[in-house]
Amino acid sequence: MKDFSEYKNVWVFCEQRSGKLMNVALELVGEGHTLSREIGPDCKLVALLVGNNVEGLKDELYSYGADSVYVIEDDLLEHYTTDGYTKVIVDAVNEYKPEIVLFGATHIGRDLAPRVAARLNTGLTADCTRLDIKVSDYMDYLETYTTASLAGLDRDDDNKGLKQTRPAFGGNLMATIVTPNTRPQMATVRPGVMAKREPVNGASGELVRVKPDLRKEDINVELLNVVKAAREMVSLTDAKIICSGGRGLGGPEGFKLIKELADKVGGVVGSSRAAVDAGWIDPSHQVGQTGTTVKPDIYFACGISGAIQHQAGMSDSRIIVAINKDPDCPMMKLADYAVEGDLYKVIPEIIALWDEVREG
Amino acid sequence: MEFSYSREQQMVKQMLSDFCEREIAPIAAEIDEEARYPYETVAKLGELGIMGMPFPPELGGAGSDYLTYIMAVEEISKTDASHGVIVQTHNALCCWPIFTYGTEEQKQKFLPDLLSGKKLGAFGLTEPNAGTDAGGTQTKAVLDGDEWVLNGSKIFISGGGIADTYVIFAVTEKGIGTKGISAFIVEKGTPGFTSPKHENKMGIRGSIAAELVFEDCRIPKENLLGQQGKGFKIAMSALDVGRLGIAAQALGIAQGAFDETVKYMKQRKQFGKTLDKFQALQFEMANMKTRIDGARFLLYHAAWARDAGEDKLSPLAAEAKLACSEAASYVVDKAVQFHGGYGYIKDYPVERMYRDQKITEIYEGTSEVMKMVMAGDIFR
Amino acid sequence: MKIIVCVKQVPNTTEIRINPETGTLIRDGVPSILNPDDANALEEALKLKDANPGSTVTVITMGPPQAVKMLQECSAMGADEVILLSDRALGGSDTWATSNAVAAGIRKIGEYDIIFCGRQAIDGDTAQVGPQIAEKLGLPQVSYVKRFQRDGDHVIVDRALEDGYETLRVKMPCMLTCIKELNTPRYMSIPGILKAVKKEVTVWNAEDIGVDLQTVGLKASPTNVFKSFTPKPKGAGVTVEGDTPREKSENLLKSMKQRHII
Repeated sequence: MKDFSEYKNVWVFCEQRSGKLMNVALELVGEGHTLSREIGPDCKLVALLVGNNVEGLKDELYSYGADSVYVIEDDLLEHYTTDGYTKVIVDAVNEYKPEIVLFGATHIGRDLAPRVAARLNTGLTADCTRLDIKVSDYMDYLETYTTASLAGLDRDDDNKGLKQTRPAFGGNLMATIVTPNTRPQMATVRPGVMAKREPVNGASGELVRVKPDLRKEDINVELLNVVKAAREMVSLTDAKIICSGGRGLGGPEGFKLIKELADKVGGVVGSSRAAVDAGWIDPSHQVGQTGTTVKPDIYFACGISGAIQHQAGMSDSRIIVAINKDPDCPMMKLADYAVEGDLYKVIPEIIALWDEVREG
Repeated sequence: MEFSYSREQQMVKQMLSDFCEREIAPIAAEIDEEARYPYETVAKLGELGIMGMPFPPELGGAGSDYLTYIMAVEEISKTDASHGVIVQTHNALCCWPIFTYGTEEQKQKFLPDLLSGKKLGAFGLTEPNAGTDAGGTQTKAVLDGDEWVLNGSKIFISGGGIADTYVIFAVTEKGIGTKGISAFIVEKGTPGFTSPKHENKMGIRGSIAAELVFEDCRIPKENLLGQQGKGFKIAMSALDVGRLGIAAQALGIAQGAFDETVKYMKQRKQFGKTLDKFQALQFEMANMKTRIDGARFLLYHAAWARDAGEDKLSPLAAEAKLACSEAASYVVDKAVQFHGGYGYIKDYPVERMYRDQKITEIYEGTSEVMKMVMAGDIFR
Repeated sequence: MKIIVCVKQVPNTTEIRINPETGTLIRDGVPSILNPDDANALEEALKLKDANPGSTVTVITMGPPQAVKMLQECSAMGADEVILLSDRALGGSDTWATSNAVAAGIRKIGEYDIIFCGRQAIDGDTAQVGPQIAEKLGLPQVSYVKRFQRDGDHVIVDRALEDGYETLRVKMPCMLTCIKELNTPRYMSIPGILKAVKKEVTVWNAEDIGVDLQTVGLKASPTNVFKSFTPKPKGAGVTVEGDTPREKSENLLKSMKQRHII
């Protein structure tokens, strides 16, 4: 066993875009705070802030659980570049030697973290959905949610290594990854999975200004333009979430509500054959035997009774939520979650509660 | 003997299976419903080398053997028999006779565009009074100076009006039966050559069958294909080749309907269990598979014999077509039956396959003609 | 131009099923395919070649000997040269070790103008190997490329972000990781297939690429799989409890949140 005693603290790379912190940064500050306390009393949660004129974000980070905020600021860090951010983060890691470094698994996090890990010659685990320090907590998780055997695990084991759990094989398989022989232990973490802490107003902590050693020549990619765009229309086949409406909508105006739901949950609008035949929506939205076959993570079936032709196109969905007045219709039997009720009353509530429950 | 797919055959099947899933399956029901010729997908098949698959690269073909080509027609027909027959008619009934009987000039003039799929080919033999009995052909061709003048009409011509290049059979000498028939190459747009009527068919509705009419249609003298008076022989040898492709089409329909039925049986619940758990149905599926696989071996053997240059191809091709189209007839019937009411509506592809199958027992020689050909060989 | 494409052979994860009784993966009969994002990478390379006559596309992969099949498919799509890095010593490599091996293979190929990778493989879903190869080769990278354009000795690309995209200009040589939105991969052609089966696949072992054995394989990998398992089968559906639509909605979302569905 190598001696890692000089590696201390849990770091979270707190991604900001245009001076605004990404949600996942606050989620990771919360998760990292918990992990740091499990490692030991001397272990701190360090929020790493990289950019230009971003120091002002420190109070927000303290309030969500950061013990320290390390700020690296430079004109050249105004916009994200792989080269610039990699260089300053690697330099900081080499100087301060954190035990764990976490990144949000955003497009930027997944661009940056592999580059940093490769330069540091350490391990990196992608897109984690669970992190554990305490073996007993990890065992509880395995027992409750998985089919894993607990053989070889010991509740009293006080190994403080980071157990990084992530889906693989398209979510069919879960794997827990460890980084036993190198430090820091690095992971990217899926946005929306970890819980933020309740913010403490007026919280404060240590501030460390890290001097970057960065020249223009270090950056090989030139940013020409940034375009903010609404999410492009995803096809039904590729959609992770589909909100479908059927005969139970009662008319074409029902699809306005379905569209609102889809916009809220980041999904795509689907429909049953009945709604298409009634002329309520374009046939390109049709899911089923004569329409598109889909396999989303979540399928909302709103006012769809679930004829076999419709089921043929969506029964492989990972989670099916049915909203229907008729508790005995086939879709309510097929569903993982059957919500009995008037979809015009239920869906607005789901829209209203979505952000609160999801981020709470 | 070799009973496994070669690596190239595996790749051809895989490519076409992807192609069918992404390009053909989404439009199959539509082109059937609207009786619409699928120009776009046929053009794409041309780019991939399918429209000149079993011909040499020097002339623009893909350079495949015939067995692999047969597997390609089968694979396409699993998803859509209309596409299957479009590929087949073009390759076997137009490109093949020009390649086999054409002069060097004819080959250079017509084949590069045909084999690359830039142009489409068709075959015109059948007439109102000459189907199975080609000796009844009435379309006439008379030599007038440097031109042949064609008069008459053809019916049920696959690709008629759509195709650019036609191999047409006409009588050049009356009163001597089939020995008076000659073959010609006729191009679309030739004055006097029209295609006035499209048939409203039961199946393979995405492939067009049309009437061809020749009214003082003048074509260059050099468009005579093969020797004068050898037209019947050219037609029969093309049909021998063609029958393998129709057998492949039938086999594809059978396999496609079988696969759809397996999928449906795993989904459909009756009496508290899915259909695949009922032994009576399981046994019938075993019967269906036995017929499909048996027919497949006859077909592959016949195609192999063609590649190996064996003689006596006619009875082998006839046997393969008979077996494959009868297997298909059996399978589509059961497939619809097992789908119950859902098999009788157009939501499920077996309804279309049921209608598409029937023609495989009729065109390029009916099942009865296949038996005649075989009997002729048995009692030689 | 000399164009390199890094690809991976993966099981078609959409066809993997879970045995509901044992909770184990059913991998029998699951076909191996060219990783989808890598097909987009290859397509972009082939388009670049088509636009610049005289260019060559070299495809490199690391994997078991069976990966030859996938390389033949790359040839049938139009790749000029295909290379397989295959050696027991490379087995079990994590992303860091894989990038060491592939980078060594690319160094052995020699000169190149541009490298295309898929963003991520559908079996591991890490999206790490592309950037890590770039790091090992000291190349600038752009990941999540959804539009590509050559601009002399530079390339101009759009990189997808969650809320839009950014346009970047990079000097070649560089590494780009490609996403589905970039293009539609072409099919293998029949002439391509017939040519591909006759073409030799170059196979290199660890010694051929001169890679330090301390930096490749299972033992050298900094990450280890501690445990792998399947989630519990989702079980029978539930009727969401509650007296009002609001209560039902709240219970629904809370349960989904708790189960990490949302």
